[in-house]
Amino acid sequence: MVEIRVAAPLRAHTQGSKVVYGEGTNVHEVLDDVGRRFPGFRSGLFDSDGALRQFVNIYVNDEDIRYLGNLSTPVSGADVVSILPAVAGGAS
Amino acid sequence: MRSLLGWLEDHYPGMRAELFDADGNLHRFVNVYVNDEEIEDLQGLETTLGWEDEVAVIPAMAGGATTAPNAPATRFSPEQAVRYSRHIILPEIGGVGQRKLLNAKVLLIGAGGLGSPAALYLAAAGVGTLGVVDFDAVDLSNLHRQILHGHANIGRPKVDSARDRLADVNPDSRVVGHPEALTSENAMEILGQYDIIVNGSDNFATRYLVNDAAYLLKKPLVDGSIFRFEGQATVFMPGQGCYRCLFPAPPPPGAVPSCAEAGVLGALPGIVGVIQATETIKLILGLGEPLVNRLLLYDALSMEFREVKLRRDPECPLCGDNPTISELVDYEALCGAPMAATGG
Repeated sequence: MVEIRVAAPLRAHTQGSKVVYGEGTNVHEVLDDVGRRFPGFRSGLFDSDGALRQFVNIYVNDEDIRYLGNLSTPVSGADVVSILPAVAGGAS
Repeated sequence: MRSLLGWLEDHYPGMRAELFDADGNLHRFVNVYVNDEEIEDLQGLETTLGWEDEVAVIPAMAGGATTAPNAPATRFSPEQAVRYSRHIILPEIGGVGQRKLLNAKVLLIGAGGLGSPAALYLAAAGVGTLGVVDFDAVDLSNLHRQILHGHANIGRPKVDSARDRLADVNPDSRVVGHPEALTSENAMEILGQYDIIVNGSDNFATRYLVNDAAYLLKKPLVDGSIFRFEGQATVFMPGQGCYRCLFPAPPPPGAVPSCAEAGVLGALPGIVGVIQATETIKLILGLGEPLVNRLLLYDALSMEFREVKLRRDPECPLCGDNPTISELVDYEALCGAPMAATGG
């Protein structure tokens, strides 16, 4: 099981949960697994072509997957996957 | 006092020449304070001391090694020497560092949740020129987090409220108000007047505008953002990545909950804003390790701080190897409205 941390703006897609868990050997598999349990999760992250939406970044531990293997980046139970969308609030 | 200074000389070789001239008098450019009073106003070197007293030895001249070639290298006033004494006695800051702060020009984008705490601490630290970009007026709903403003200022332009409050915090800080919306027409001219940009904006359009202008002008950008109970902070140094390396384009409407819909813990921007002030001060002084290439993530509910690494994206449209953006872009500024580019 891989731990996935979901930043606040995307928690609408995980029924409010900050931490969810998924099975898989790489980022794509793990996110797919979560998507099976949370409707809307997949479309919140991926567009209709299956590409990660531009305003969302994914990290394995502290590294951006764009500089690892993108969605094929391997993960194991020791890793933490973080999903961070763009946030604009400056509180006004 | 004389015996204390003698003790210093005995224990720190070379101290004598720093403190005393050839005639055995204290150098004119060295001020010695007991608590907050200069010994010239007391009994000079015969001033008696008790264990509760705090002695500060402060060189009054701080000139010479500043980053700005035209920076005046004048003495601190007696009031400044006292006001900044807690900075000056830090070896890492000293009179030289304090002079750098007084000569620095920092621009705050927004005098709201993030801009308020940042402005307060930057003024307190003695940043000599503080620009504030904000076209809003103070509203009652602001007061739960925008600690720069108070009840008496409801209805007043935020730049005026900021100017008055910051003048009370520190008259050394000259506040320059820019009560206008930032657009592709004015951003370069406004940001160009400052050394460091502190981003406290509350919408994507301004974020991209400030990011692009700061990069094109080669100014460091101290960035912060918040949402509900979470905050982020980083420092974008031109050439080492920018906001577009992280997010090449703004999200479509509805994809991320808008400003007013989500709500926010009042104390949240307080932490992030002070982190921004801290990073700004570190940049001015050249101290410590800044949040360059590091995105600090703060979760107030679990009280966790985490970091992820940021990099310059070689394919970034602004600062990458083959940039496609060389002019500022005006995205539609309203939260939730269609994000169509109208310029650039």
